[in-house]
Amino acid sequence: MSEITLKEMSRKPDALICGARLCAGCDETIVVRQVMKATRGPTIVTSATGCLEVSTSIFPYTSWEVPWIHCAFENVAAVASGIEATIKAMQKKKEGPLAKYPNVDVISFAGDGGTYDIGFQALSGAIERGHDFTYVLLDNEAYMNTGIQRSGGTPFGASTTTSPAGKIILGKRETKKPIDDIIIAHGTPYVATINSAWPLDVMKKARKAIEVDGPTFLHSLAPCSRGWRFPPEKTVEIGRLATQTCVFPLFECKQEKGRPVYELSAPSLAIAKRPETKKPIEAYLEQQGRFRHFFRPTRNEAHLKELQESIDIRWQILCEKAGV
Amino acid sequence: MVANQKMMGLNGDEASAYATKQVDPDVVAAYPITPQTIIVEKYSEYVADGLVGSEFVAVESEHSALSACVGASAAGARAFTATAANGLALMWEILYIAAGLRQPIVMAVANRSLGGPINIHNDHSDAMGARDSGWIQLFCENSQEVYDMSVEAWRIAEHPDVQMPVMVNFDGFTISHTMENVYTLEDADVKKFVGKRVYMKTEGPKGEVEFRLDPDNPISIGPLDLQDFYFEHKVQQMEAMKYTLKTIKAVDKEFEKITGRKLEYVYPYKMEDAEVAVVGLGSAMGTVREVVDELRAEGVKAGMIKMRLFRPFPEEDLKNAIGKVPVLGVMEKAYSIGGPGAPLFEEVKTALYDSPKRPLVADYINGLGGKDTSPEMIRGVFKSLQKIKERGAVLEPVSYVGVRE
Repeated sequence: MSEITLKEMSRKPDALICGARLCAGCDETIVVRQVMKATRGPTIVTSATGCLEVSTSIFPYTSWEVPWIHCAFENVAAVASGIEATIKAMQKKKEGPLAKYPNVDVISFAGDGGTYDIGFQALSGAIERGHDFTYVLLDNEAYMNTGIQRSGGTPFGASTTTSPAGKIILGKRETKKPIDDIIIAHGTPYVATINSAWPLDVMKKARKAIEVDGPTFLHSLAPCSRGWRFPPEKTVEIGRLATQTCVFPLFECKQEKGRPVYELSAPSLAIAKRPETKKPIEAYLEQQGRFRHFFRPTRNEAHLKELQESIDIRWQILCEKAGV
Repeated sequence: MVANQKMMGLNGDEASAYATKQVDPDVVAAYPITPQTIIVEKYSEYVADGLVGSEFVAVESEHSALSACVGASAAGARAFTATAANGLALMWEILYIAAGLRQPIVMAVANRSLGGPINIHNDHSDAMGARDSGWIQLFCENSQEVYDMSVEAWRIAEHPDVQMPVMVNFDGFTISHTMENVYTLEDADVKKFVGKRVYMKTEGPKGEVEFRLDPDNPISIGPLDLQDFYFEHKVQQMEAMKYTLKTIKAVDKEFEKITGRKLEYVYPYKMEDAEVAVVGLGSAMGTVREVVDELRAEGVKAGMIKMRLFRPFPEEDLKNAIGKVPVLGVMEKAYSIGGPGAPLFEEVKTALYDSPKRPLVADYINGLGGKDTSPEMIRGVFKSLQKIKERGAVLEPVSYVGVRE
């Protein structure tokens, strides 16, 4: 594995350049640039339909400095499968531009809709087939591109336009699908959670994911100013709180001798070692309009308790898996 | 000079798989579905035995099969897939994308009826659902044509003036599972004929580049195309499709040079003096030809036209083939529920509308869900056409052949 440094990163030109029409304060541009800083050489990017795709490729302009393709919403992993198969075929036949390099890497970006829901089948299939590519989930926890509709990645209680906080039903009634567990259960060689608030951690994990043979999965939490209802300058702060409250712990999971081996990353490991530093979820929730009904007009203790408990249990299970 | 050819016993699926083996595309991504299954199985054997260099992607659905082909083709590969019926329907979204992104993918379709109710046997409802998507659609009458089209399709798809996906249609079971004698070329001749893949040129940030995912010449493929360009791009596709009517003829001529087999867009049979004639697609046309011969022996001036090309629609060739026949029956294994007739009927009538001496046209929907279209039934169609001729009017524009009352 090659170690990536801030120095190397600062010298590397961006793959996703300025001019993209993502919203002010969008986390996707931040984390995508961080991931792309970690590429080791020629890289082909595929995007699922979603915010990133529509905002970076409005014809005749493009923000991509690397070869990039968008096909549809639910098939980014299948498109990546075809590209990866082509790289293999071309390298075997020693034909064309893809055979010129020892490695041509494939990275797929998709949102939570394209991953948890409509794109899940293609993703599961591509992982099962063992294609050598890195899948990056940009999880802004709802269908933001179409206007904040709930997804399998929307957390319990969050208000979206299809799970609104009404008089009877207070936001989404179901919990977030444990996508990392599901992907790890496929035997995926490398799975990690990433958070743009820790850029070096993102890049180190991205480099690992790219270098590992076979399918790898990076799950980034992508705070969304418009959908989560917070001021655009707070993106990184909110993202950081997600990890500090253990709503979104940072970890890696490798496969060793057929077993998943979990390792907490520094920001989460510190909390595991000193549990008193773990912040209550309120610190994270109260800054976001999508959880406004947890606090107003009155504080909903039952809801807060339910969500806190589910977060605590998941965190506890993760700590057990990581042996801390 | 005609190349050496070997006669082999192949069913339609095997003919498709064998031709594709000889082409040896870079990527084959397919999902098994009856009656296409043999293609996927055969190709898996070729891969397992090291007879091809192709990467075989055993995808988890037809949607992913075509998606993988789009990714592969955009990355520069020759990409092949095969499907039928509901599999083709599941690909529907990606059919348009593959064509819209101008990817010269080749796909075999062992035509099968669309559910529901579920049925595994032949009709053309699957292919007709794809007719507006931007794929070139060829229809085969027998395994020989499946072999020929499966070789030729690549040259058509990748021609610099075409750059479009091609669908090779052949009837499920009737062709896909029926063994016939097929003249096959030698591997080297097939390879020579198809040559290397030709890429479309496009404008990249550093000037003209090949339209492919190339790290040295990065371009974005499949961007968001809004009100100010989408229409123009679609018009380009439509115009390019029309233009392929010129190009396919040229490729057909080259194919004839090495095989000795002359390929046409439409095949008129005994049409010169025909008074009643039938036009249609696929394997049933072989039976119609037999019936035409029988009727001729009985003194009926019957004729027929088999169409090999459905997309682009060979309007001029068809009109020439129809000639002066006063009554024309369209026999088709498809339907358009709620429409004025089935797809081929509508298009034939549209093509003839401006002709000063257009024939009376009637639609005979037959063989849905694999129901046999027997010679007796075809005789019935000709009888009905003769009645129309006597009356000088079509009383029943659309009728169903061989259906229980």
